Amino acid sequence: MPVEYEPVIGLEVHAQLATRSKIFCGCSAAFGAAPNTHGCPVCLGMPGALPVLNRRAVDLAMRIALSVGCAVQPRSRFLRKNYFYPDLPKGYQISQYQSQDEMPLATGGGVEIERDGARKTIRLVRIHMEEDAGKQIHDEAFVARDESLFDVNRCGVPLIEIVSEPDLASPEEAYLFVTKLRQILVYTEVSAGNMEEGNVRIDANVSVRPRGTRGLGTKVEIKNLNSFRHTQRALAVEITRQVETLEGGGRVEQETLLFDAEAGVVSPMRSKEESHDYRYFPEPDLVPIEVDAAWVERVRAEIPELPEAKRERLVRSYGIPLSAAEVLTLDRGVADYFEAVVKAGGDARQAANWVTGDVLRELNARQVGVADFPVRAGQLAEMIRLVEAGTISGKIARTVFEEMAKTGKDARKIVEAQGLTQISDAGALGASVEQVIAAHPKEAERYRNGEQKLLAFFVGQVMKATRGKANPGMVNEMLKERLAG
Amino acid sequence: MGVYKLTAYELREKVLNGEASAEGAVWDALDCIGERDGEVRAYLTVDREGALRQGAEIDRRVRQGERPGALAGVPVAVKDVLCTKGLRTTCGSRILRHFIPPYDATCVARIRAADGVIVGKTNCDEFAMGSSTENSGFFPTRNPHDLERVPGGSSGGSAAAVAAGEALAALGTDTGGSIRQPASFCGVVGLKPTYGRVSRYGLVAYACSLDQAGPMTGDVRDAALLLSVIAGRDAQDATSADVPVGDYVGALSRGVEGLRVGLPKEYFAEGLDPEVKAAVTRAAGVLERAGARLCDVSLPVAGHPEYAISAYYVVAVAEASANLARFDGVKYGHRAEGFRDLLEMYCKTRSEGFGAEVKRRIMLGTYALSAGYYDAYYLKAQRVRTLIRRDFERAFEACDLLLSPVAPTPAFRAGEKVSDPLQMYLSDIYTVAINLAGIPGVSVPCGGSRAGLPIGAQILGRPFEEELVLRAAYAVEQGMGGGEHAR
Repeated sequence: MPVEYEPVIGLEVHAQLATRSKIFCGCSAAFGAAPNTHGCPVCLGMPGALPVLNRRAVDLAMRIALSVGCAVQPRSRFLRKNYFYPDLPKGYQISQYQSQDEMPLATGGGVEIERDGARKTIRLVRIHMEEDAGKQIHDEAFVARDESLFDVNRCGVPLIEIVSEPDLASPEEAYLFVTKLRQILVYTEVSAGNMEEGNVRIDANVSVRPRGTRGLGTKVEIKNLNSFRHTQRALAVEITRQVETLEGGGRVEQETLLFDAEAGVVSPMRSKEESHDYRYFPEPDLVPIEVDAAWVERVRAEIPELPEAKRERLVRSYGIPLSAAEVLTLDRGVADYFEAVVKAGGDARQAANWVTGDVLRELNARQVGVADFPVRAGQLAEMIRLVEAGTISGKIARTVFEEMAKTGKDARKIVEAQGLTQISDAGALGASVEQVIAAHPKEAERYRNGEQKLLAFFVGQVMKATRGKANPGMVNEMLKERLAG
Repeated sequence: MGVYKLTAYELREKVLNGEASAEGAVWDALDCIGERDGEVRAYLTVDREGALRQGAEIDRRVRQGERPGALAGVPVAVKDVLCTKGLRTTCGSRILRHFIPPYDATCVARIRAADGVIVGKTNCDEFAMGSSTENSGFFPTRNPHDLERVPGGSSGGSAAAVAAGEALAALGTDTGGSIRQPASFCGVVGLKPTYGRVSRYGLVAYACSLDQAGPMTGDVRDAALLLSVIAGRDAQDATSADVPVGDYVGALSRGVEGLRVGLPKEYFAEGLDPEVKAAVTRAAGVLERAGARLCDVSLPVAGHPEYAISAYYVVAVAEASANLARFDGVKYGHRAEGFRDLLEMYCKTRSEGFGAEVKRRIMLGTYALSAGYYDAYYLKAQRVRTLIRRDFERAFEACDLLLSPVAPTPAFRAGEKVSDPLQMYLSDIYTVAINLAGIPGVSVPCGGSRAGLPIGAQILGRPFEEELVLRAAYAVEQGMGGGEHAR
């Protein structure tokens, strides 16, 4: 019987902290500026320039650490990680390290993932702080001249590295873990979590072993994964490669790989870059980070409600289904929006339906966050009330909502301007009903002979005649009555 | 007018009173440079136009009734490892031959803000690595007292400039004795402040945990004056201390009555030149006559050259190996030509740009931090450093100040030690432990050798007790009939 293999995966997740300025200088950390506009002697590594720690970056790193149950170390230091590279102006990266002599900012903790209803905690080794390197741009015109370009803007942007234990048993779990981690980072406003801007990057360590055994196989590192799906795919590709290697009687070599997302293959990084001795030693230009209980408590008080807690509270307080609460809490802004709609007088179930349905669809179509959505919570609440009061039909409401999303106008204004008020006048509806029955004598005959499902046809015809404004409940009743007659 | 006959303190009094002009003082310094620097070679760069312009500006403000700052019109020389905005800063290295910083070091900015006039940048051992200024990537500086001899180092250019009257005051930097030893060799006063007393922002690092900038002047009062200008917390240096700056000048006259001055017996042991020993002993006598009580103390670790020198050279070179990584030809400074790839660009650039001693220390430091050696070298050196600090703490329980020689000998002959780095390293034997402990120390002239070479005494104090250290140095200076320029 052939040996069956199982993967063992650990991830290192690098996330950009959402500070305004860089970690060791006052330059802006904002993404997207023209190249080399966010630089100064400090982040350019000019002679004599010195780093000064951005306290806000420490606050944010502590916030995520406390949110995932890490122990914040009372004293930690920065170290220099030494290597030469053109995007590293000082010739060393200021980072943290964990060893017998050194502690990073935070250790331990865990993130819970859910798969097919089962929960599993992925333990964390540590969370440490470091500075980002700059960016090399290999522009064609310059490559032809044997030159490459350099952008300093990213030098010194504050990062945290979140290191997991090798607790992940499949590429799917890895995907769930990073998705969950990103959700918490964004919820706590520790990171913008914007993948396109490179806010979150992943290094994955993976090995395989015969299923059921405890030992670990040879570990391979896949570096610089910039999307969660790529991470999942890269792991799947690499696991297959390792299993095939072993099954073919080969040996897995310890190495560092890069994933080519387009080709769907992994390939070794140049060996020069993997065999570094980083010669870590304590950064003498900075003083240790000393964290007392008061600092911890101050940061703890800044932690907002986390996704799980929010989800459970929404179910409890508003009586909405768990599935809706799950969708609503994927994004903190969306959940806040939902609650604002309810607070402004919208029925909770209706609000949940609208937000998880039409609102999210619009947001996705527009590729914007809820903060940039033209329909404010109060406006959506008013529209829901108009439906409830029978002023407009549910069907018309869709039209009204579309118009609101397009123009940002209030529902009532749109209803008035376009004459969309629901027709609930028995006389007016009666006339329409009579006309429709008169116009379709064959269908009326068949209905009377027992083809009850034709009722829907008549309702549709009345709606068409009233351009959707007829009160559907009344139309139903009236049709049944007159057709029977 | 001949302001070089004045001290910095006297000159600024005259400028404040309108009795002397700042521009005139600059002219005097420039004249003196013209006269003497051809043979002394203290300066790498002289900022003639900038200095004259600043001098004239100060005079204009005085005429308008404005009161200029504490260094009004004082011509100051700045060691070339301190960045000066718009003025070439080479660190004595060919790798930075054309480097012009877009910023001032904080201590330089404070001198400018106090209306001191930066006349130029002084020669030094490359990246402050050396004890004779012979390791300069450009040319050696000579001792104004004897041109056959070295001025000491690494701040040899600053010491020689002040000794020759080519500036009234100077900034040096001290990582293992680089202010105090050249001060002793050139017969000027040199103060290494407590680590953290003076901002290191803009000081091109040799060893960050040891480097301190400090004053090099003709007399103790000028050192006190300059220190009061450059000291104090700086938000741009995380290691600068938030400790109030004292009235260093005002405190000088308070004497040493009742102070306990310890003589570390290890610093008077074998290897000390008898003439130096005699001079320092005379300084001890001066302090005793001024009312201080002398006592013997022991520094079992700090005073042990094998421990102190070894720990110092491991820590310093380890830090240096990282500090000098940024000089890679990518962003500024020298870049080699004719390379095939990135690695070759790095190798050629650094091979061409750095001198032998710098390369030696980068290699030693890289080795000391390497996997498998880190514990045996770097960590061990840090442990020794802790013991050295404790040594001084214990000594300062029994006394208020320590008195010792600065260097085992007076200025040695040029070329005498260049081929023997270990001999050269031993000239720091009495100074390196002070940097490892981070405490303040001053070198004050205490006489001369029969050959007419100056000799300095080193006075050490507790952290941030520069005031006390300077008071004792002042007492030595007064008791020796000093207070005049040693030149």
